[in-house]
Amino acid sequence: MAKKQVLVACGAGVATSTVVNGAIEDMAKEHKLSVDLKQIKIAEVESYVDTADLLVTTATIKKEYPFPVINARSFLTGIGMEDTKQEILDELKK
Amino acid sequence: MSGLYFDTPVILLDIDGSSKEEVLRMMAQNLVSNELVKQSFVEAVVQRENEYATGLPTGDIAVAIPHTDVEHVQRKAISVGILRDPVDFIVMGDDKETVPVKIVFMLAMDEAHSQLKLLQQLMQVFQDQNVLKELSSTSDKKQIKKMMEEKLEALSFKGGER
Repeated sequence: MAKKQVLVACGAGVATSTVVNGAIEDMAKEHKLSVDLKQIKIAEVESYVDTADLLVTTATIKKEYPFPVINARSFLTGIGMEDTKQEILDELKK
Repeated sequence: MSGLYFDTPVILLDIDGSSKEEVLRMMAQNLVSNELVKQSFVEAVVQRENEYATGLPTGDIAVAIPHTDVEHVQRKAISVGILRDPVDFIVMGDDKETVPVKIVFMLAMDEAHSQLKLLQQLMQVFQDQNVLKELSSTSDKKQIKKMMEEKLEALSFKGGER
């Protein structure tokens, strides 16, 4: 299975994406998945359009991308986090 | 590099703001006065909140985590603001949906992609309504400081060299 490139993005790339990035890292380890994680600012998504397999973000996305976008707010609120994790896992295993 | 600053001067109680912008300006200006961020932080954090909202619907007591780019920060810090009456913030990742925020955690981060542990512990605080309730009903800054220090290991470094 090819290594998936996962973008983790928030507005500033300093706070919320750090938390989400950490959570996905742990998940990947737990499920022995090898993932190419890129923690970026949302403005930088454009430069990964051709290579990314998935975008996980806490920001509002208005654009259409050729890869799925998963909202990661639940990693911060704790509400619905298991569902979001499963959603990400399903994408990683595709 | 100096450690994280968190002390009573950046714990604000009973904030009386009529809009999120007013609350953000008050808290950000206080960080400026304490020489933790540059003056440019104030506008930057207001603008960032409008672009990428940070309201988090954590339950009965909702929080917001306004922050902005690292170049406006002089020393990393967390400011806690308890609002007298909740003020509407836009929900993170949403356009219009709002959440009445009671506690604002303003983050002044000086490095990108860092502070994972601190942020994870902070999220634990958000995810515990009992802690949020206790924080919001306390009228003693020292008590808030103590409570946060118990929750956030990083704070116990007391801002000295690491």
